[in-house]
Amino acid sequence: MSVTEMFSYIQGFLSADQDVREDIRKVVQVLEQTAREILTVLQSVHQPTGFKDIPSKCLKARELFSTVQTQIGELKTKFPVEQYYRFHEHWRFVLQRLTFLAAFVVYLESESLVTREEVAKILGTEVDREKGFHLDIEDYLAGILIMASELSRLAVNSVTAGDYGRPLRISNFINELDSGFRLLNLKNDPLRKRYDGLKYDVKKIEEVVYDLSIRGLAKEPEAGGDK
Amino acid sequence: MSKREGNGSGRKRKTDSVQKTDDSLSQTSQVIAAFRVFQQELDTKHDKYERLVKLSRDITIESKRTIFLLHRVTSVPNVEEVLNEADTKLDSVRQKIGQVAEELRGEDLHQFHKAFTSGVQEYVEAVSFHHFIRHRTLISLEEINARLVFVKEEKMETKVTGEGSFPGACVLTFQVTPTDYLLGVADLTGELMRMCISSVGNGDMDTPFELSSFLRDIHDGFSYIGNMGPYEVSKKLHTLRQSLGKVEDACYMLRVRGSEIPKHMLADVLSSRTALLDHDEGVA
Repeated sequence: MSVTEMFSYIQGFLSADQDVREDIRKVVQVLEQTAREILTVLQSVHQPTGFKDIPSKCLKARELFSTVQTQIGELKTKFPVEQYYRFHEHWRFVLQRLTFLAAFVVYLESESLVTREEVAKILGTEVDREKGFHLDIEDYLAGILIMASELSRLAVNSVTAGDYGRPLRISNFINELDSGFRLLNLKNDPLRKRYDGLKYDVKKIEEVVYDLSIRGLAKEPEAGGDK
Repeated sequence: MSKREGNGSGRKRKTDSVQKTDDSLSQTSQVIAAFRVFQQELDTKHDKYERLVKLSRDITIESKRTIFLLHRVTSVPNVEEVLNEADTKLDSVRQKIGQVAEELRGEDLHQFHKAFTSGVQEYVEAVSFHHFIRHRTLISLEEINARLVFVKEEKMETKVTGEGSFPGACVLTFQVTPTDYLLGVADLTGELMRMCISSVGNGDMDTPFELSSFLRDIHDGFSYIGNMGPYEVSKKLHTLRQSLGKVEDACYMLRVRGSEIPKHMLADVLSSRTALLDHDEGVA
């Protein structure tokens, strides 16, 4: 094979590669748009009025997740499944956001940590790498960490809205997450960087809980139940 | 009033909090259990990555040594001997790549690509240099990949004992990606430039011209690809231009002054411009 032939072969490979990337980028853009829509829906729980109809907001978000499912289904068709990690960078960010949103919805509904299987179900992906388009574990963990900072915000805003019980529950939850993350041996990578931010979320929520408890506000729900 | 209420609720809360800790304990264990699984998964992944990095480093070192060995062909009478020695060295490198392939069995090649890409590039450089010296052509990607097929014998044995006469040995292949190939070839041009200069020093008047036309072909190829490739490729293109420039200068010099300057001094003339200037003054 001559040098020219070799290079034209490689050129063909590269341009095919670029086409695939272009296709992926298009789908990912749409996916990002949907993710933003879901975020907008969920953001309103921070409003004082939003606290009352969290269930309906979750329902609305879940509806939008079905759009996500079809869009991810489309993304799956854009590249050979065994080359997931070759193009991983393209959807890494949006998948982390979507994990966060799914985790947030599940937390608002049941105040528990979403499992990977649940996320996979909500997003319409596979759990195992062998089975197809899946959610990378690091992306899952990154999504959970985004949720942690969102919850610290929620703790502050729920106090403003007069819900004094929620910060305590959030505090418990975040502490669990923190001790969970402490089990992991993270390398010096983006995930580690994000995990380093978790302690500020923990601190923030502890401050909120402290403020409530020195004012005797934290006990209010029980006191209310007492009457 | 409010104080009493607070006290009352405080007592209530105590029992409540006991309940809560019980509750949260079971929950904690759930979350913790999940994270233990994650821990294991991440550790396995990181360990694999580290092993691959180590293998890649070994591959790089061995390939570099092979390249140094190959540079001796310009000053050694028996070229074939050096080439054979280099071949055995490359065989040991291939063994290492076999181990990489073993690690990657059932994994996505691209997930760990960063760990071993530098080693693979160095291997491409060494093997293509070897190929060029022997055949004076550019090794193709298929030729490289064709030599990276490994037959795992132990696996076959266990299979044989397990299932009677199972004929198929476990075949592992390692695929060099086109990008790695391209980057390796770009590195090759630097070696060719060095070879050109040193072959002049040995009075070899044909090799530089051969090299310059070969390098020009490669340069044309890279220009053809241009910005299509990844970022690293365009970075290497600059170095490639410099190498090509040096080789072309050398050829020019040989043509113009080859007959005037004694052969043993040619190398000095070509290796640097200042030497050339000094020499010029000396002659003048």
